[in-house]
Order: sequence, then C-alpha cells, then structure tokens
Amino acid sequence: MSELTPDLVRHLASLARIQVTDAEVDRFAEQLSLIVESVAAVNNAVAGDVPATSHPIPMANVFREDVVEPSLTQEQALSGAPDSDQGRFRVAAILDEE
Amino acid sequence: MNYELALEKFEVVIGLEVHVELNTNTKMFCGCRNDFGDEPNTNVCPICIGLPGSLPAVNRKAVESSIAIGLALGCEIAPNGRFSRKNYFYPDLAKNFQTSQYDEPIAFEGTIDIEVPSGAVYTVDIERAHMEEDAGKLTHIGGNTGRIQGAEYSLVDYNRAGVPLVEIVTKPVFGAGAEAPELAAAYVRSIREIVKALGVSDARMERGNVRCDANVSIRPHGQEKLGTRTETKNVNSLRSIERTVRYEIQRQAHILANGGTITQETRHWHEDRGITSAGRPKSDADDYRYFPEPDLVPVQPSKELIEQIRASLPEKPADRRKRLQGEWSFSDLEFRDVVNSGFLDELEETVAKGAKPQAARKWWTGEIARLANADGKDVSDLSITPSDVAELATLVESGKINDRIGREVLQAVLEGAGNPAKIVADRGLEVVSDDGALMAAIDEALAKQPDVLEKIREGKLQAAGSVIGAVMQAMNGQADAGRVRELIIERANA
Amino acid sequence: MSELVKRNASELVELLQSGEVTSVELTQAFLDRIEKLNPLLNSFLHVNTKEALATAAEVDRKRAAGEKLPKLAGLPIAVKDNLTTTDAPTTAGSKILEGWIPQYDATVVKLLREEMMPILGKTNLDEFAMGSSTEFSAYGPSRNPWDTDRIPGGSGGGSSSAVAGFLAPLAIGSDTGGSIRFPAAVTGTVGVKPTYGAVSRYGLIALASSLDQIGPVARNVLDAALLSDVITGYDKHDSTSLPESLGSMVEAAKSGSLKGVRVGVIKELSGEGFQPGVKALFNESLELMVKAGAEIVEVSCPSFEYAIAAYYLILPAEASSNLAKFDSVRFGMRVTPEGNPTIERVMAATREAGFGPEVKRRIILGTYALSSGYYDAYYGSAQKVRTLIQRDFAAAFEKADVLVSPTAPTTAFKFGEKLEDPLAMYLNDIATIPANLAGTPGISIPNGLASEDGLPSGIQLLAPAREDKRLYAIGAALEALQEDVWGKRMIDFAPEVKAGA
Repeated sequence: MSELTPDLVRHLASLARIQVTDAEVDRFAEQLSLIVESVAAVNNAVAGDVPATSHPIPMANVFREDVVEPSLTQEQALSGAPDSDQGRFRVAAILDEE
Repeated sequence: MNYELALEKFEVVIGLEVHVELNTNTKMFCGCRNDFGDEPNTNVCPICIGLPGSLPAVNRKAVESSIAIGLALGCEIAPNGRFSRKNYFYPDLAKNFQTSQYDEPIAFEGTIDIEVPSGAVYTVDIERAHMEEDAGKLTHIGGNTGRIQGAEYSLVDYNRAGVPLVEIVTKPVFGAGAEAPELAAAYVRSIREIVKALGVSDARMERGNVRCDANVSIRPHGQEKLGTRTETKNVNSLRSIERTVRYEIQRQAHILANGGTITQETRHWHEDRGITSAGRPKSDADDYRYFPEPDLVPVQPSKELIEQIRASLPEKPADRRKRLQGEWSFSDLEFRDVVNSGFLDELEETVAKGAKPQAARKWWTGEIARLANADGKDVSDLSITPSDVAELATLVESGKINDRIGREVLQAVLEGAGNPAKIVADRGLEVVSDDGALMAAIDEALAKQPDVLEKIREGKLQAAGSVIGAVMQAMNGQADAGRVRELIIERANA
Repeated sequence: MSELVKRNASELVELLQSGEVTSVELTQAFLDRIEKLNPLLNSFLHVNTKEALATAAEVDRKRAAGEKLPKLAGLPIAVKDNLTTTDAPTTAGSKILEGWIPQYDATVVKLLREEMMPILGKTNLDEFAMGSSTEFSAYGPSRNPWDTDRIPGGSGGGSSSAVAGFLAPLAIGSDTGGSIRFPAAVTGTVGVKPTYGAVSRYGLIALASSLDQIGPVARNVLDAALLSDVITGYDKHDSTSLPESLGSMVEAAKSGSLKGVRVGVIKELSGEGFQPGVKALFNESLELMVKAGAEIVEVSCPSFEYAIAAYYLILPAEASSNLAKFDSVRFGMRVTPEGNPTIERVMAATREAGFGPEVKRRIILGTYALSSGYYDAYYGSAQKVRTLIQRDFAAAFEKADVLVSPTAPTTAFKFGEKLEDPLAMYLNDIATIPANLAGTPGISIPNGLASEDGLPSGIQLLAPAREDKRLYAIGAALEALQEDVWGKRMIDFAPEVKAGA
C-alpha cells in the first residue's frame, strides 16, 4: 500500500492544523508508514459485498423537540477563552497582511 | 466583453446553490434560541460553541421543514438520510467541522419551472436539498474595519452558529442564453416564495435568510465539455444575482476570447463597483474529509410522515399565480409586472383587505415601487403594510381623497405618521364635495375670469379648465375636481 | 481507618446506611490515603477535597435528619479526567486543556451528584485516552500499586491505580478499545465496558465517538454493578443513548450461576502472543467454570484478525475530527508565534505545543484515512470489517451465552518498554477491541497472579449487545468460585504501597 512520504505527512499535518518540524515529519513518516502498512490489512478482509457499519447499535430517527432550553450567559460562554473583547471571542487576523 | 457578443460566441451554463435559514424556535442541534440578532454569544451553549464533550441532537422541526422544502421542489425524500461531518478549520466554525449531509441528503432529484420577465419558462432541475448548520459571525477589526483584508484581529459571535440551514443545489442549467441572469434571479425569487409560503423561513434576503452562491461557466457553442466554472459566494439580493451572472459571463468571455483560461475559484460580488473579484482558488487543500457523523443516527422518515407533510403543503406558486391572475382579471403583461416586481404576496393581501385588484396593483407597482427604488430600499424595509394600501385604495375609490392626495398620504405613511385614514383625518385632507363651499370658490374664480361662462355656453367646454385650476388652488387641491366641473357647467347653462 | 478504605463498596454502603461510619469520615479516610500515596501513584490529576467533603457533610446532615437518601449517598468516587466537571479542571490528560474549568457537567457526573456521591477528584489518563499505559499523559504516568515500576494500564490507569491502591472505592472509566478492561486486568480490579449507548457520553471528551463508552471501575463485580445502576440510562443529550432499560446489574450480580451456561472460548484469542502465565490462568478459570456446571464450547471469530487494523483506522479518523475543536479560540491553550501571525498559524502552533506525539500521530493517521482518494480503501473498508466482526459475534452467540478470552496478552509491563513502538503498544488491546467495534459489552475480572511475575491477570467475558446482565451474573459467579479457591479477594494479594518508595 501507499507509503506516507514526508511530503504527504507535511500536507496532512497542514490539513490538521498541526505545525511540524522537519524532524517530526521524518519520524512520523517512518512510524506512520509502518502503521499504515499494518492497517491496510482491512482491504484483504472485505472482498465482496459487505455493508459498512458506522453505528455499532443500529438506531434511527432520534430527534429533539423544537423547544428552547437555557443558554449559557455571555460571561460563561467566554469564561474559558484565551482572549475576548466586546462579548466576543478574539482571534488573530484571518488573512496575512499583503 | 459586450454582452451580446459574448452570447454570440459562448453558451452559458449556470448552477445555483441557495442556503435557506429555517425559522425554527431553536438551533439545528441544540436548544439555543434561533435568533442571532441578540447580544453576542448569549444564544450559545456547550453544543453550539463546541465545548469538549458536548453532543448534537437533531431538531425534529428542522427535519420536517426540510422535508417540506424537498417536497415543494418536487424532490424524492431519502428513506435513509444521514448527517456527515465536513472537516475544515475556520474560527467561525465552533467544532472545526460543519455537521452537514453529504452522500445521503434528505431530498434529491426535483424540478421547478421558472418564468423569466420575457414570459419564457425554463425548467430547473434540482440535484439535492440537504440539512446543515450555519456558522458564527466574524467581525473584522482594524485596518479598513469591517473587511477581512488588512484586519488586525477578528471577533467571533456564535449566536448564529448552529442555526438550521437547508442548502438547495441545482443541476447545471443549460439553454437560458441571454436570459441566464434573469433566470438566476427568478429562480432565487421562486425559492424565496416557496419557503415563505411553506412558513419554514422568514426568507428575507437582506437579513441573510436566503443566500445564493452562483456558479457560472461558459463554453464555445457546440463544445461538449463544460467550461471551468467560478462560484460567486453569498450574493444577497435578486438584483445582485442577476448582475453577478451577467458580469461573470462577460468577464469569462473576455478572457476566453483573448486566449486566456478561467481559474476555478470562489469569487466575491461587489455591489458598489458592480464586479466580482477573485477569492480563494479551489485547490487540493479543499479536502473536507467527509465521514458519517458518529454522534447522530440516520434520519429515516416514514412514508406516513412524508405523505402527511405533502398533504399540508400550500398551493404551488405556479398554480397560485395562475389562479390569482384569473381572479383578478389581469392581462399577462399586468400580471408579469406584479410578479417581476415581487409584490404578489402584498397584492394578494391588499386585495384580501378590500382593495380592488387594479387599484392595489397600481399602488404597489407604481408609487410604492418608485419610492422604494428612490431610497434604494427593499420594499420589505418600507414601513407600509397591505392593510395601509387597502385603506388608501378604498379612500380613493370612495372619492374621499383623490389620487394626488393619495400619493401625499402614502408618503406620510412611509414617514411613520400613522395609517391612511388617520392621516387624512389629522390633516383634513378629505376632498371637499360640499356644493355650497365649492360654489363659493367657483364664484370667486369666475369673478376674475368673467368671460368663461360665455365661452362654455358657446360650446368651448375646455374653458372650464382654468376655473377648475383656480378652485383647486384655492382649496389646496382638496376639491373634488369632477364636481367642480359639473357645477361650472351647470352655472353656465343656468 | 486504614482498613476502612480496603472494604468493598457494597460493605461501605451498608456502614454508611447503618450510621456506623459517616460520609465525612469515609471521605476523609480516602483523602488521607490520596494525600499519602498520590505523590507516588499519580492516580489523581486533581483532588477535590473541599467539594468532596461538602457533599459528604450534606449526606451526613440529611441522614441525621432522617431524610431519604439515594442508595450510594456518601460513598466517595473518582472520575476519569475526560469527563467534564464544573467544579474541577478537566484536562483529558492534555496540556492543551490545562486549567480549563468546564461550563457544564457531564451527564454521568450529574448522576453521581444526584446520587450524592462525593467526587474525590479527577483521575489520570493517556492524553485524550490514546494509550494503554498512561505514559502518554501530559502530566506523567500513573503507577501500578502492585509494582510501582510498572504501568497501571491505559488509558484509564489513573482510575485503575486509584481503585487498586485503595485511593477510591469506585471510579469512572471510559473504554474505546479497552481503556477500562486492560487497566483492570493489570491491576487486579474489575472493569466493565457496557453496551454502546447504555451510559450517556454527554460530557465525555470524545476520542472516537462510535467506540467510546463510559463504565465502572471497581474491586469486585457487585461493586461495579452498584455503580453501573447509578450511571446507566437514557439521556436525551446523547442521540446514541439506548432508550430501553437493561435491568438491574446489582440483581444480576446477586443471582449469578454458572450452571448450564455455555461458555464460548474464542479460538482466535486463546493462542499465540499470550504470556504463558496468562494463558495458564485463563485455562484454570475455564476449569473452575466447568466444575461449576458450565459447558465450554469453542467458537471461531475469523474477522477478529482484522480488528486492530480496523480499529486503528476508525479511531484515528474520528479522533482527528473530534480533536479539531482544540484550536485556541473558545477554551484551552493558545500559543501565539512571533510576528503578526494569522489565526491559521496560531492554531497550528497551539496544536503543535498542546498535543503530545501520540495524539499528533493519530490525528495525522486519521486525516490520512479520511482524505479523498484513501477513504474507501481505509475508513470505508474498516467500517465493513466492523460488519464482519458483528457477524462473527452473532454467530458465536448462537453457540454460547458468553464468550471468554484473556483480557490482555500480558501482565503489566514496565515503563518505557513499548513507548517507542506504537505497533507493540497497540497489540495490548487485541482482545478488547472487538467489543468496541461491535458495540457489545465486556467485563474484565481478575483471575490470578501469573506464575512468571506474580502480577495479576484478567479474564474477559463478552455478551451480546444489551445483555450486560449476563456479564454481571456470570462474572460474579466466577469471582465467587475464585475467591473460594484463594481464600481471599484478589486485591488482598496486593503488596502494601509504600509512600515515597
């Protein structure tokens, strides 16, 4: 099966928003390639027409009634935030300044 | 490139994605109020701000509303639908994934007939309608405040996060040619009408209840392969949709005609400049890693539920239009005028409140539309109700005021002076049809124009005009002009 | 008082109810032991002294006033630190959540409060429950009271070492691939993974949503049943919560018998790779059961061969998405790189600094398994393996009432032994994973000390979905037989932990 190249690991880390050092990339590439090689075995198991199971206990139609329940106060909502301003969560700029 | 030339060279293909915000009491997956105009971060809970450990629970009403939308669009309802996670990082997305539907949307494969202003009717195929949740609201601070570009930092309010949305996606629409822009706008208008009639959305575009992403591509006539498309995001008025599509056709035609290539990208519409500009290019990085939402179980609407919802659907807009045109005895042109100006609902209500259909039509498509246009406002923003218009029309119809006074009263209503009857009473605007008062004014005017009566007797009836004018002026326009004329002629022949 | 902490929970409940012991006395006894031994065992990441004593005092006051109290009122308990608590920080063993005080209580925590059980504190775990040893906790590993140079199992090593070391009579765990049962096996305690959906997951910091299940950690089957009856039940906040009642586990535990029970030995989980001492103890347990009237049948579950592979695709995939919310915006750590970084860089730097290596490995693996072009081969196939495993279980339960295997291939290993070899670490869960994939319940019960190292081993019992009662009934019966043979409880073989050792 396909190997996790350092480039692929770097791409995946970026998709997952994890900054990685070159050393980490190499280490993960090596470790994950081994793991992937091993887990790729699932392909051997499922020849033929097997349905997928995404929920271990089959259930359907579980709904909540459209009734308002208490919300958090603004203070509670912001209580764990690293930074807030004017009742809102404050974050760094989204775009680079260019 | 010139629009006609562009269409000579290229065939236009459009695709529309419309997001409809449902007007449920609570959010899609939690019991917070579905009301994002409140103080920031007050309609939020562990679920919609994505606190660790919280779990979603599906709003039954939102599912039923989605089924109703699907049925109204002639869609099949999926016997087994499920939610999926669309994974991407963005600070307005509390969990950094959007709970949406991917391979098993609740509704699919519908069609809707859309009439454009020319009277042509196009059939638009609906690919799917699926349920998802809205994101929070970002405010960009610093730099050119309000814009994401150059902002120093941003603030996030999650009141809107988790508000239920239904996204309606069309299949590619071919063959509208020069009318593609009008078709796009008429399509979105129809979606608005439908969801409003269903009562599942407030459907106010200016509030973002209905938002449209417009996909446009062009290809040389005869070419089978579709051209590269662009997706212009969040175009938020009918007029802008039409302009966006027209602009993109011309822009793309210009590039292709000059040997260039179209970049697949998202674009943004700038209302002020009437152009679109490039946003983010589509790339490999757009890998949303969809997978079935493990915290929710499948939605399997029963046949009984679907039929029950189908039975409760309101009349289809096309059927309704046909019926109303008949009831009101409007010509095709008159009726299309009403539909195109978007006043059908208002007109219907105005008639229901007692106005004559023609009078109601004249007020809405005439003076009210003119005033709205002049202010650059959406009619829904004007503070006038169908009851007001019905009252106004009745006042004119009964002769209590004339047309000119009527326009004055309308202006006063818009300025918030109250309802028409009150304004007429408060300002003493009722026309004078008391013969005694009118005769006094006529005699006064005749005294200054003694030869008029003689001319009338000679058969020159138009001579009465100058006296009528003088009487109207003397009575501040509140005289019943018809009666004044009658009285002058009576006097001449006495 | 030192002996008080060693009593079974069921006995402590009686002492509380009869008034022989007050809740404050009992709670204080455990707090004293925590104070003495936690510096060594590191079972607790946070001790809730004040709040626990306040609850205890409230119970004592009500009892003195003759008010009606819930059954377990006044009995202290420890809670794994991946359940949210409004009165104690909740870290999930990760730096990224250091100091976070949740704005809401997990449903299970709410139930414990309604039962008026003093919550002693929050127990250690591998970061986000990813691991089998607690070595991946950002706050240092917990130690095994049987041998403090060894792991207490994971991810719930804090709960298992607390219960095995008498720092708490009961604890809450969570089991995604064996995180309750494996620690139970290596610490000589009892751990149960209920049927998926039996216990609400609301407030459990999700690792893999379709695999996670909360369950009891105890020193014997009846004690586990007492706790199970408190935490089990439908919760509207968890859409995967089972609407139907599974019955009383306490009644099941009290009425258990092995007579006529068909015990299925899983062929694929009884052979190679198991430590000889562990295998020998497993066979002894089988013999005991036969003597008590059980019938042993061999069952084959060929797809179990692929269970670990499927598990290490499904888990990382779901985890990669579940852990995306740790982004420095609404809670938890924020690391801002130099210059004027964009939010994207702040998020990436925070997640770099806040997550440990195993978490990063699994997030990257899960991102890979879900990415376009690989989904069908990996995540898609793994979900199909799940179906095959469910079919294997269904076929096996045609022939047997319960299935059995050793809980883990080995006894507790030493710190560092498997740390650099993820694949070897993953093999610890070979016997426990199938139940998570299938959603079926499982229990681990101590079944002796392995001859080669004198360390405890466990036997795992598995039942069909919703048949949790069988585990308690048959487990309690087996436990009684074994205690007859040993002349005392398994836990009584444990050496006294020396503070400062």
